[in-house]
Amino acid sequence: MPDLRELYQEVILEHSKAPRNYRELTTANHRAEGYNPLCGDHFTVYLDLEGDSIRDISFQGSGCAISKASASLMTQSLKGKTKAEAARLFDQFHKLVTGQSPANGNRAELGKLAVFSGVSEFPVRVKCATLAWHTLHASLEGKQDTVSTE
Amino acid sequence: MTTAAKRLPREFRSPQLRDASVEFDVDKIRNDFPILRQRVRGRALVYLDNAATSQKPRVVIDAISRYYERDNANIHRGVYFLSEHATEEFEGARRIMQAFLNAADASEIIFVRGATEAINLVAQTYGRINVHAGDEVLITTMEHHSNIVPWQILCEDKGARLRVAPISDSGELLLKDFENLLGPRTKIVAVTHVSNALGTINPVQRIIEMAHRGNIPVLVDGAQAVPHLKVDVQALDCDFYVFSGHKVYGPTGIGVLYGKSTLLDAMPPYQGGGDMISSVTFEKTIYNKLPYKFEAGTPHVAGAIGLGAAVEYVNGLGMDNIAAHEHQLLAYATEAVSAIPGIRLIGTAKEKAGVLSFLLDSIHPHDIGTIVDQEGIAIRTGHHCAQPVMQRFGIAATVRASFALYNTRQEVDTLVEGIQKVREVFA
Repeated sequence: MPDLRELYQEVILEHSKAPRNYRELTTANHRAEGYNPLCGDHFTVYLDLEGDSIRDISFQGSGCAISKASASLMTQSLKGKTKAEAARLFDQFHKLVTGQSPANGNRAELGKLAVFSGVSEFPVRVKCATLAWHTLHASLEGKQDTVSTE
Repeated sequence: MTTAAKRLPREFRSPQLRDASVEFDVDKIRNDFPILRQRVRGRALVYLDNAATSQKPRVVIDAISRYYERDNANIHRGVYFLSEHATEEFEGARRIMQAFLNAADASEIIFVRGATEAINLVAQTYGRINVHAGDEVLITTMEHHSNIVPWQILCEDKGARLRVAPISDSGELLLKDFENLLGPRTKIVAVTHVSNALGTINPVQRIIEMAHRGNIPVLVDGAQAVPHLKVDVQALDCDFYVFSGHKVYGPTGIGVLYGKSTLLDAMPPYQGGGDMISSVTFEKTIYNKLPYKFEAGTPHVAGAIGLGAAVEYVNGLGMDNIAAHEHQLLAYATEAVSAIPGIRLIGTAKEKAGVLSFLLDSIHPHDIGTIVDQEGIAIRTGHHCAQPVMQRFGIAATVRASFALYNTRQEVDTLVEGIQKVREVFA
């Protein structure tokens, strides 16, 4: 049986209650909206890109504990990263939450994001964990339409 | 019932009514539903998502199996034994629906896929010929998306206007505002009988009286009503009444559109195809009479027969007994859940059926749903396909427990314990 404590780890609960980088970014030169029509979760991700590098990143919106904590930890992990590094991290994160366990070396690369490993035991919650990341992806691609998980 | 009796057309069979004075024995009734015996995640299943779909009693499952094992044939055309028999079973189910809604004639019962298809049918037939540019369609804030979007499509197509009657903070229709929105431009009113997100029972009788003063026809969405209330379309004098079979213990993919024959007769067909015609040439097609004009293609014969068995099952228990049991259960659940610190009920109308919608502190309903699922509890979390209701209350989603005739107080107690677990996780 999946363990609730694995899903709702302290770090996740703490970030959902006090999300980091939770603000509109006035210096943003990229932004995208993400929406999960199943549950109504809705996020905006703001990016300040300098060339290939993420100078600053923030988000706003509403969602469940998993989606909010995921967005919060994502912004922390990505500040100062390049676009290529962000894409690589998304790939690792996606493998983690869908149960395609990354190699040990890569798991270290995930850092704090590893707290989301419990999500793989709750397949219906994968979309919650990845909503902010899909939105980020759209923002990096410069897509203007709202990203949907469906 | 003897095998010989089973072969008789339904109307010749002896009624399977249980004595209504016998106490409603929910533990005994639960044995009629095979799915309720199972354990999920190591716990007894507590199924509280009945507004989404209800579970099926053995008699319904058996009726469907029996049809495919013994009676399967296409209907309305074969001259052989099986086809005649299947036709008789299918038309017998129609007569059961007629009695269930107290329609004046069986030809006023159209079999459709569900409430959604029924509303689309009315919008695209009655609506298409009666709603024009500048006209208005009146609905309410508490409609399910299926009673909003078909009218939006029609209005967009015709240059008509969708008007929406508001609701109060308790989730009741504001009747005065509703009445004020009726006018010479109003061509049809479409209103839910019971709200799927709030549980509110609308005063449909008064709504229909108000609309009829201006000769405006009324469609009532009964998807959430027929499992919980007695419906009499003639007493209501409603023009259209729709419901889905799967919410009233029948199979998915089958539902009913009731319409007054005078209206149905004047409406163009919805879909073209077999069964809905009386003759076809390349120059001209003559449409079939009611109800077949609206039943193009081979219908869901097994579904109709299964729904017939479901309605007979409900009749056997007695709708008054079911309503009394559910009313007590909802009152018990409302009190028990309200007593939990941090609970905010969404939908506190005086007249309610079947639904308890709520929020817990600022915890997202999806987190609550996942945590109580670990206790074997199935509840719905989200916007319940009624986003305008969520917008009205300024929220994104609710937790919804919805009840059926087989639910018990012990299950409500398990739900309360589950919500306490949520509070512990988020403490």
